[in-house]
Amino acid sequence: MSLTQPVASDHQLARLLQIGMVLEEVVEARAHNHYEALGDDELDAEIVALLEDAAEESGEHRRRLEALVDELDADPIAYEEIERLVSARYESDTDFDGVLYDQLCNEETAYKFYDDLIAAIEGSDIEFTIGRDRLLAVLEEIRAEEREGVEEVTELMERRR
Amino acid sequence: MNTQAQYLKTIYLVQEEADGPASTGAIADRVGVSPASANEMIGKLEERGLADHEKYKGVSLTDEGISRARDALQTYCIIERFLWEVLEVEDFQAEARQLESVIDETVAERLDTIIDRRDCCPDCFDAETDACELLELEVPSEPAD
Repeated sequence: MSLTQPVASDHQLARLLQIGMVLEEVVEARAHNHYEALGDDELDAEIVALLEDAAEESGEHRRRLEALVDELDADPIAYEEIERLVSARYESDTDFDGVLYDQLCNEETAYKFYDDLIAAIEGSDIEFTIGRDRLLAVLEEIRAEEREGVEEVTELMERRR
Repeated sequence: MNTQAQYLKTIYLVQEEADGPASTGAIADRVGVSPASANEMIGKLEERGLADHEKYKGVSLTDEGISRARDALQTYCIIERFLWEVLEVEDFQAEARQLESVIDETVAERLDTIIDRRDCCPDCFDAETDACELLELEVPSEPAD
């Protein structure tokens, strides 16, 4: 173990971005599976819209992260395998509270991840292949969207109390 | 995982290996810092009620310290297993050590949903190999016809 800079190379940065991609894939798959498990009969339009937005946004975040990874010197990840793992191991909650609570955890976890990653990059003086300003701008935008996501789910949960 | 959690995890593992208090030197070596830095953090852990430090004997974690150390070790195990099973990283121990400070336990909990971790975690962690002893490190061979 070492308390050295966590983001000290292109390779480490790529690895962290890949972890972000997997997290986004998990969010996307969980939102999709919630919808599949409960369906239109059980879920009202508000929750369906929230799950659709969440899945769409996660897909977009994943593509933005993937574009950054492509610019770095890193091994590709077997994406189909991740999709398979996520759907194979997923266990769906089957009530509204479970769906919303799970979605809140997803958004909060993603926000925390990007927040820590941004702090780690800011604390590192390494020059990456990608321009630091652009890298941070992309991650800050994604983090802001995750924060909005947390607020949206929280508001929805409060309205339904 | 924050710095405190990394220290707790290390002290726990050194304590287990020594079957007694962990020496400051061993902790500093394992963390990769100077003994002075290690002493400073050990002082903070004492103030927070997470460890007891007896001069010439070493550091022992309190019950609360042990509980948090085991949580930190579990987070570390999740990172290692995730790197190995999902991202197929061969040198997963080295990468886990580099990444552990950026991966929070809430993030690890999400990664945990797609890995195959046993209930006995973190008791199956082997400090010598720096990996879970149940991790299947051999690439499965093709079945014979």
